[in-house]
Amino acid sequence: MQETIMLDTIERYIRGEMLPEERVFFEQLRKSNPDVDQMVVEHTIFLNQMNKYGERRTLKNSLEEIHNKLFESGAIKASEGVKVVRLWKKYKRVIAVAASIAGLTALSISGLLSHISPKADNKSVEQLSRKVSILEIQQKNLNKTLAQKIDEDKSPKVIPEIAAKLGGTGFLIDGKGWIITNAHVVENANSVSVQNNKGQEFSARIVYVDHLSDLAFLKITDDNFKPYYTLPYGISKSSGDLGEQLFTLGYPRDEIVYGEGYMSAKTGFAGDTLACQIAVAANPGNSGGPVLNKNGEVIGILSTRQVQAQGVVFAIKSKNIFRTVESIRSDSSKMDSTFNNLKIPTNSSIKGMDRIQQIKKIEDCIFIVKSY
Amino acid sequence: MAWTENNERILLEGLAQNKREAIETIYNQHYKMVQTLVLNNSGTIEDAKDIFQEAIIVLFEKTRSGTFVLNCLIKTYVYSVSRRLWLKRLQQQQKFGPELNGAEDAISVDEDLEVHEQRNAEFLLMEKAMAGLGEPCKSLLEYYYLQKKSMVEIAADFGYTNADNAKNQKYKCLMRLKKIFFDQYTNTRSDARNHNA
Repeated sequence: MQETIMLDTIERYIRGEMLPEERVFFEQLRKSNPDVDQMVVEHTIFLNQMNKYGERRTLKNSLEEIHNKLFESGAIKASEGVKVVRLWKKYKRVIAVAASIAGLTALSISGLLSHISPKADNKSVEQLSRKVSILEIQQKNLNKTLAQKIDEDKSPKVIPEIAAKLGGTGFLIDGKGWIITNAHVVENANSVSVQNNKGQEFSARIVYVDHLSDLAFLKITDDNFKPYYTLPYGISKSSGDLGEQLFTLGYPRDEIVYGEGYMSAKTGFAGDTLACQIAVAANPGNSGGPVLNKNGEVIGILSTRQVQAQGVVFAIKSKNIFRTVESIRSDSSKMDSTFNNLKIPTNSSIKGMDRIQQIKKIEDCIFIVKSY
Repeated sequence: MAWTENNERILLEGLAQNKREAIETIYNQHYKMVQTLVLNNSGTIEDAKDIFQEAIIVLFEKTRSGTFVLNCLIKTYVYSVSRRLWLKRLQQQQKFGPELNGAEDAISVDEDLEVHEQRNAEFLLMEKAMAGLGEPCKSLLEYYYLQKKSMVEIAADFGYTNADNAKNQKYKCLMRLKKIFFDQYTNTRSDARNHNA
């Protein structure tokens, strides 16, 4: 009971409800009794907190009620205009980009169409085979002796003396001497020979030409050729990924040339699904060269480039090699018995090596293809 | 202009006294602006409501502090506070972009928000203490201290035989509440001091 009276007194004091005399008396008590003073201080803080709590709670309730009331009356609303503005603001960059891409695409498609439609395709695309640059006059002279020479001497050493009509690149797909190149490299050829990076030349024969996929299978027939037990690279059955780093090796000149690039599109010229587009420097003579990924897997065979664009080169996807072989094997009319022992490797043994080491391993398997 | 100033002063006075009419006017005038701000910056309608109401509470606290001077329009103040509150919430949600769309700092409200933080903590503390008290203590104390009802009324409402009994009960409840509250309160206070040091 004592305490409740004390509390009552303190509350009346804090609220200023005391009469002047009582107040003077109480203030004296506070001064003389630290406990009482402490209680007053503490209770003042508490009541202050309590008041603030109450005020804020009241305000919160009011705000809630007002919000509901205003929403119900429609004075404020989750206006749709705001939503649109919000979406527009949020996506305006995306929309701008999309719009410009759409615009550019439309322009380039119409440009491309108008560019290619009146002309034949083969004018836009240049085959990367190389006209071997021996003077035409010399060639004419040599042509006369050609028949004789071949009759006289069957050894391959004779052949370099004859000017080749076309040159390209080819690479081994089987260590026993199977070489793949482009059909257009050996087009109209009477005979073919291949030359490695050491300058050794071997005679070869054309086993099969598939003009549709632009692939030609050659077989080295020369006794001087020493078969490889395994090949360093594998031939990939997958198409590779957009942006994948790629490299090529080929003979745009008599020396092997390395090139680097990336896959820039998964289809070839005019949407050709047999091919893909790669960004790499390629010149006539690169035709038939391998396109390898960083693991040393052949993903394509370099074939053509777009005439009026720099760095737009098309490669035949390597899976076409398998497809062509399958179709040959299943069709007895096309079947050449030599195909029986063709075994195309799919595993690369140079995965993870640095590029210089990879090239050292690969370059022996890449040949200049010369057709006569 | 003078008319506007006068109007705003009346509104603020009304807010300080927790007057429904004033609050409703302010709400009606400025809510849409905050909603647009929040919606344009990856917030929802619910977020907008929370942020706006908290901004009003900040303004309310400012009007209640003895040294209240508002050097700008209510609109500017509410906008600046809402912007800061929303930015903070986005940061907490890790959604923080480099800038809020269409939102520049109009005036600095840092100090006010610091005070607000402290008040917020105190409010939550009292709310928690009250919730922990249980019935009938909670209602009894609310009736007396918040709704300012007399002990006689309370005795009747709660079924006590007389006001003295109610007073005794209230005393016991109050002592419990004060204990719960001050246990935490002194902690947060010393935390705040340590933090400031």
